[in-house]
Amino acid sequence: MSPPPIPSATRVLDAHVLARRGSFAVDVPLHADAGQVIAILGPNGAGKTTVLHVLAGLLEPTRASPQGGHLGQVTVDGDPWAGPSVSVAPEVRRVGLLAAEHLLFPHLTVLRNVAYGPRARGASRRDATRRAMAELEALGVADLAGRRPGQISHGQAQRVALARALATDPRLLLLDEPLSALDPAARPEVRAALASRLTAYDGVTVIVTHDPLDALTLADRLVFLEEGRIVQEGGPRDIVEHPRNRYVAQVAGLNLFSGTASDGLHVDVDGLTVVAGEHDHRGPSWVAFAPSAVALHPERPAGSPRNTWDLTVASVELIGQTARVRCTGVIDLVAEITAGSLTTLRLHPGSPVWASVKATEIRAYPA
Amino acid sequence: MIGLRTHRLRGNLVLLLLGALATAVILLPLVGLLVRAPWSDWPRYLADPIVRPAIWLSLVTTAATVAISMILGTPLAWLLSRADGRAAHWLRALVTVPVVLPPVVGGVALLLAYGRHGVVGAPLFELFGLRLPFTPYAVVLAQVFVSLPFYVLSVEGAMRGTDRRYALVASTLGARPLRAFLTVGLPLAAPGIAAGAALAAARALGEFGATITFAGNFAGETQTAPLAIYVALQSNPDAAVALSVAMLALAVLILGLLRGRWLR
Amino acid sequence: MTRIRVAAGGLAHAASARAGLVLVVLALAACGSGATPTTAARDSAGPSARASSPSSAHSDLSGTVTVLAAASLTESFTALAKTFEAAHPGVTVRLSFGSSTTLAQQIAQGAPADLFASAGTKALDQLPAEARAKPTATLATNSLEIATPPGNPGRVSDLASLAAPDLKVVLCAATVPCGAAADGILTKAGVDASVVSREIDVRATLAKVTLGEADAAIVYRSDVRSAADKVTGIEIPAAQNTVLGYPLVELTSTPATAAFATYLKGAEGRKALQAAGFESP
Repeated sequence: MSPPPIPSATRVLDAHVLARRGSFAVDVPLHADAGQVIAILGPNGAGKTTVLHVLAGLLEPTRASPQGGHLGQVTVDGDPWAGPSVSVAPEVRRVGLLAAEHLLFPHLTVLRNVAYGPRARGASRRDATRRAMAELEALGVADLAGRRPGQISHGQAQRVALARALATDPRLLLLDEPLSALDPAARPEVRAALASRLTAYDGVTVIVTHDPLDALTLADRLVFLEEGRIVQEGGPRDIVEHPRNRYVAQVAGLNLFSGTASDGLHVDVDGLTVVAGEHDHRGPSWVAFAPSAVALHPERPAGSPRNTWDLTVASVELIGQTARVRCTGVIDLVAEITAGSLTTLRLHPGSPVWASVKATEIRAYPA
Repeated sequence: MIGLRTHRLRGNLVLLLLGALATAVILLPLVGLLVRAPWSDWPRYLADPIVRPAIWLSLVTTAATVAISMILGTPLAWLLSRADGRAAHWLRALVTVPVVLPPVVGGVALLLAYGRHGVVGAPLFELFGLRLPFTPYAVVLAQVFVSLPFYVLSVEGAMRGTDRRYALVASTLGARPLRAFLTVGLPLAAPGIAAGAALAAARALGEFGATITFAGNFAGETQTAPLAIYVALQSNPDAAVALSVAMLALAVLILGLLRGRWLR
Repeated sequence: MTRIRVAAGGLAHAASARAGLVLVVLALAACGSGATPTTAARDSAGPSARASSPSSAHSDLSGTVTVLAAASLTESFTALAKTFEAAHPGVTVRLSFGSSTTLAQQIAQGAPADLFASAGTKALDQLPAEARAKPTATLATNSLEIATPPGNPGRVSDLASLAAPDLKVVLCAATVPCGAAADGILTKAGVDASVVSREIDVRATLAKVTLGEADAAIVYRSDVRSAADKVTGIEIPAAQNTVLGYPLVELTSTPATAAFATYLKGAEGRKALQAAGFESP
């Protein structure tokens, strides 16, 4: 039943997803090797789910890109699934799809749900059952085999649904916000099960999410979409350290500004000179720093670090013992301070405040 | 005594009276039937040569009608539940016409379609020597004509209510459309299918107008229970009453199945 | 204003209309021997009709005459009622046609009726005793005839040919007069006809032939006549045939009822019935 093992560096997915819905167009090239996990992130309406549906065959890719030239296509293991003259039906593609809701067939037991795929693909009842049991065991839910979907928790159901998606040995595992419908308490358990199962999976996983935690814990590569196009892609570490887009920075939890690097020390951001850590590029530049690197003061700080700005508090948000203070003025930034300092500073929307960031905490990199 | 309360009580009394009246309108004829039924001679009347063939024919043709409705109606219901747009809208309106059509009109229409000179009947007769009127097949055809729309409406509603994503999931799991329909679409619509089948059975069992117009009335061939009741009423009213009570029992049975098991 | 309401073959009609009327009629019947209160009730409806036609010189009759008549009388009675109403503008004739047996049962169940014209005398047995005692006269007689679709595709020649196995023969139900009569002559002739359906009245039986579904039907001669060229009639010799009387029962005795009854039995009635294929008694 299992496909022969594929060396880890083998290219599995080669796709250029082109889709149009009215004036909205999606144009996303995607490539991945065996065993890779790609996370697609982006705001609502960025086209994330459209990409998954084109990969699954539930949506026909547009043949020509809006700009002309390129052709939409999906190739997996060298086999064309979709292209100028091919369109393989979803049931023939080797994909597994898991959505936010588990969508387990309510009239079948957990075991029959998981065995459904192998059966539909021609396995004997015995082989299908055996395969289903193995998959349920791998996800730690084998004891639920005889239950109906209505009799298990959502977290369990989502794990069963993952088992069902994997039981057909798909080459592409498509996860559409797999944890978003779960209550927060159930998420870690399912996320852990997913992470451990994915390490043993040699196909390509594409996970659509807008939870940075999912992306950073599960994915090898992050692809950020906005309005149907890739705005940034890269490994998690690269993304976190060098965001090149407001949305990416927000996901990575960084303050991000674009400016012009002049001399290896200063970057000009909208007429404001920011003193950044040492860098050797010149010209268009990104400037990033963590909210925790921002210090807030009631008055102009003594000793006067070079990056000191007179700002106004726009909003204050308390998350656990950390306060996120959004400030506006010559520069808009988010500062993260302890709940204790929030009390001391008596900050509330409208309060004047001084913000300072050490030059060594500020990264500048070419745009 | 508080004014407000008496006022409300009086209002309720009017409603109660009207409600009681409505109940009486519905139940009195049935009570009349049961009171007048020749209970002591029951076995004798059921042994009447007209009664057994009629009940048997009714049961057989109803079973056939339900089977045909399920086989033909389920795919149609599925198509209608999945199709949107003008054509589907009109198709839905058209297939429900028999619901509002007087059955006799249906019988006339059936004659003009499947009769010896009918649009379909004439070629059938000329090519195969097949004549539908005056045969049990005509009884089934008449019953299907009036029952199928009820079945389709019921099942379409059920299928419209089921989540389409289940079918998409089934397809990503490797199920071809027919398999997905049989293994997922149908089971999910099962309550609606059962309700539709019961509705179709009830309608077929009670069919009179279209049957007598299209299929005729001949004991053992085309005389269903309602026809037998009608004819018996002229010569042997007690047998008619006995047969009516038997039909009432069947109707109650179907209703019980409908309400108890499938309609919450 | 003259108003004719014809409920031809309207068995279901009559039944549902009756549901509302039965109670009223039963109440009226309970008041006395029948004639007097009924007349009073009828007369109370009269003045408005009379007022609308003050110039009616030759008639001071008014009221409604309700006639239940055998289905075979549909055309002739409808025409006769129209002429009668024209002559007596104050009178409304309400006609209801159906199988005689059904009509007799309706009367037995209390349906309001002034005149009852039955096909054959058998249906009279279903009438309540007091109705059977009412004045009865034979209006016309009728005999049976074989009706076939135009051109006689089944090649029916006589009663005996109705036994051909491929033939589709339709008769009235055995419970209605035309069915009983047909059964009678078939038995007498020793013919086992290939019957495929027993229709609820003579008109439904004839309709199966006019639609071309049946190859032959045994109906009244008058029905063959009324269907004109839509059927081909095949005479049944007198020796094999039967003669059916059409008794007219006068259930009430209002002046309008009596006048219409006289009219039906008179020269004009006879003429119209003869034209429709009936014979004079």
